[in-house]
Amino acid sequence: MEQARSRALDAGVSPRERARFAVRRTVNLVMAGLVGLAALIGVAVMLFILGYVLVQGWQALSPTFFSQSAQPLDFDAKGQPIAGSGGGVLMSILGSLLILGLAALISIPLGLLAGMYLSEYGHGKFAFLVRYVADVMTGIPSIVTGVFVWSLVVITTGHFSAWAGALALSIIMVPIITRTVEEILRLVPNALREASYALGVPQWRTIVKVVLPSAASGVITGIVLAVARAGGETAPLLLTVLGNEAINWNPSQPTDALPLRIYDYATQPYAVRIEQAWGASFILIMVILVFSLLTRIATKGKKVG
Amino acid sequence: MAANNLDMKIAPIEGIDRISRSRSLVGGDRTFFGLTIFASLLLIATLLALIVLLVVGSWPNIQYSGFNFTTSANWNPNITQNHPHEEFGILPYIFGTVVTSTIALIFAVPLAIGAALFIAEYAPRWLATPVSFMVELLAAIPSIIYGFWGLAVLVPIMYNVDLKTGKVSGVDAFLHDVIGKVPVLGSLFSTPGNGRSLLTAGLILAIMVLPTIMSVSREIILTVPSLQKEGMLALGATKWETIRKAVLPYAGSGIIGAAVLGLGRALGETMAVTLVIGNSSTAITPNLLSSGYTMSSSIAQKFTEAGSDPLYVGAIVEIALVLLIMTAIINGLARLLVIFSTSSALRGTRA
Amino acid sequence: MDNTQIKEAPQDASAEGYNTPVATGGKSMEIRNLKAYYGSYLAISDVNMEIQPNKVTALIGPSGCGKSTLIRCLNRMHEVTPGAPRVEGEVLLDGQNIYAPSADPVKVRRLIGMVFQKPNPFPTMSISENVLAGIKLNSGRLNHAQAAEIVEQSLHRAALWDEVKDKLGKSGASLSGGQQQRLCIARTIAVNPEVILMDEPCSALDPIATLKIEELIEELKAQYTIIIVTHNMQQASRASDFTAFMLAQDGPGHLVEFGPTQQIFTRPTQKRTEDYITGRFG
Repeated sequence: MEQARSRALDAGVSPRERARFAVRRTVNLVMAGLVGLAALIGVAVMLFILGYVLVQGWQALSPTFFSQSAQPLDFDAKGQPIAGSGGGVLMSILGSLLILGLAALISIPLGLLAGMYLSEYGHGKFAFLVRYVADVMTGIPSIVTGVFVWSLVVITTGHFSAWAGALALSIIMVPIITRTVEEILRLVPNALREASYALGVPQWRTIVKVVLPSAASGVITGIVLAVARAGGETAPLLLTVLGNEAINWNPSQPTDALPLRIYDYATQPYAVRIEQAWGASFILIMVILVFSLLTRIATKGKKVG
Repeated sequence: MAANNLDMKIAPIEGIDRISRSRSLVGGDRTFFGLTIFASLLLIATLLALIVLLVVGSWPNIQYSGFNFTTSANWNPNITQNHPHEEFGILPYIFGTVVTSTIALIFAVPLAIGAALFIAEYAPRWLATPVSFMVELLAAIPSIIYGFWGLAVLVPIMYNVDLKTGKVSGVDAFLHDVIGKVPVLGSLFSTPGNGRSLLTAGLILAIMVLPTIMSVSREIILTVPSLQKEGMLALGATKWETIRKAVLPYAGSGIIGAAVLGLGRALGETMAVTLVIGNSSTAITPNLLSSGYTMSSSIAQKFTEAGSDPLYVGAIVEIALVLLIMTAIINGLARLLVIFSTSSALRGTRA
Repeated sequence: MDNTQIKEAPQDASAEGYNTPVATGGKSMEIRNLKAYYGSYLAISDVNMEIQPNKVTALIGPSGCGKSTLIRCLNRMHEVTPGAPRVEGEVLLDGQNIYAPSADPVKVRRLIGMVFQKPNPFPTMSISENVLAGIKLNSGRLNHAQAAEIVEQSLHRAALWDEVKDKLGKSGASLSGGQQQRLCIARTIAVNPEVILMDEPCSALDPIATLKIEELIEELKAQYTIIIVTHNMQQASRASDFTAFMLAQDGPGHLVEFGPTQQIFTRPTQKRTEDYITGRFG
């Protein structure tokens, strides 16, 4: 039946054209295959990297890994480090929290304010400039930001500190938060602003109490993603907080951070340290993944306003 | 107009007037507006400070090294018998940056366009969303983890020694054996090293820029008006012919923009590259299997050595400055291409 | 000196200012030589009207005649939207020019409330929070009893109380379109305005909901002056005491005829008014 129909459609088509059609059809199929292969490679690489880190990292986790700071390795009689020695990464987790907390303290208010400026007041040339600057800043390599803060703070004060790291991360976070907040507030329907103005509410209260709460989930998502991105940054921290084997709560002292600890341990010759680096990678990637997934679920299918 | 009420002066109040301005209302609006302007100004000031400080910080070295900084291959920060003067030449670092980024694009661009086409044109919705999400998840993985994974997984794939027989295997050896003797092309794989090489760094970078190029390309492909595609299909074109003749020409400059955007990211990438590029040879060689430096990895490696030597500090800061200028140019170009492409696509829908 | 000003304004953010909506009665409005420009383009030219207190005045006319622009100029709402028109002329509320340099547009809007085409309750607030929004957003402090009383009174006046009294904590968005619009009216009433502007308040509603709003308008005019824009001539003839007919043919929007509704609909003095209300164009 199928054949009969195609024969009927083919009636009057020369063999040469039929051959050309076969070529075209083959090219079409091959390209479809290649396109699918490209997508498959992308997904496979992601799963490979993620799976590898999670499997390797899972094995390194233990209660002491979370509850202890770095300890010197213990060696056995043959001079090999004993598995399970070397303490944990508590100082890195707390250090990351300290640095990120300080950075969030600086960058969330600034990013929110600048984002509100762009969406609520920004119609003129100055707004164009602000938007342009924010976009340029998101394109600056993080190592350049690191060098900037290094020469501004570390070289001038003479020592590495959590403050310097927080400053560097803030410079990365503020433009991201600014632009996300702007885009999300723009989605809030004007009708809500008008409803508020018509009740005799001043513009600033309208922005803070009507516009911002209506877009809360989107704004929070944007902020969380910016914090998550900053949490994985290594290069700027390398140049600013240096690292510290002990827990440090003093923002003007060198501090540890998870990515720095991974960098340090990954390049050490001891298998125990490498395993700890995987453990630290596991924590870092899980935190980032959980945040990415949660915010994705939280915003899925939800329209702002 | 909205801001006008903020700019107006508080007029003197005459008599008892129910609608006149009282400080409590106008003041709030004005203060808040001032705060948002302040934050915006701070953003601009930060960028200015960054540029100014990088220039000021590198000034000692700009005066000392001049143009030699970017044209010389000699990096000798310590005075020894052989080197009576400090020398700062970063040509090998620039070379390493350009080579690794180019390798990254060569691998990432076709993959990214393929994946973008798959998501935008081929896959059904139930498949497109998760595929797109998973590829974009690559962008969420921190750079240090790419580097660590590259060091632990990719480097042994590139170069592996059997401890008993001493036999070297791996991709590097394979490339050397197969292509190494071909004229011209062979020079790219002339001497295998230890697996930490420009090529490995380029491959890691390819994975890292893949999501950027993919998602921007996908957005651009989605802006191609369906009328164009339907027109081609109605003429009896196959799916691929439609993509080649209607989609890709339309999205062309935008996809190039996406690639350039990826290039911008690759240029500045630090940690992943630092871990797999070897950081040892400063030779400028076509051999991709040799180790090397990029500008950013050299900063990460050398900033602790600089100490209080203002010239050395200046040299480090100047590397950052040169890197900033390069990425600024590249990102500006990318933005122009993407804007041009989306606006021409929009013009198409209106026509 | 400022303090006396604040006390004079019962709508101000002090707690004493907010009581149950005891309407002070509608106030008159007068529009004098009002012009609105978009850039150099004149959208409305020389409108002059005297709006009677405690009456319903309808603005009718074909779309594009400037009636929506005009009504937004009556409480300076137009100023808060991007691309706002520039306004010349005077609008007097009970003898005071709301465009005087000393006038505060925010206070103007507390005295002259507005209800919009599409019901726009605040989606993040419950029904009772919506009613209290005008007070809460200005951080007026209310105790429970006060708040409950304002909510009940306002919803009663908006003829919504019986339908929502059991679900005051639910989101305003859970109501039907007509209920949402009455909620918006309740919200407007809660801040004790003197004039309520309505910009095609029924255009998004079904006929039954429309009828309810019209009945409500009839009741509200005892306490408020109401100005309503409508494209529905039956509505204007049913619900209003005065009707203004606007037109933008061959030039900017302008007032063609203004008078008692009955007269406009039965014996208009202008040919163009007659053409419009008999459906010959528009």
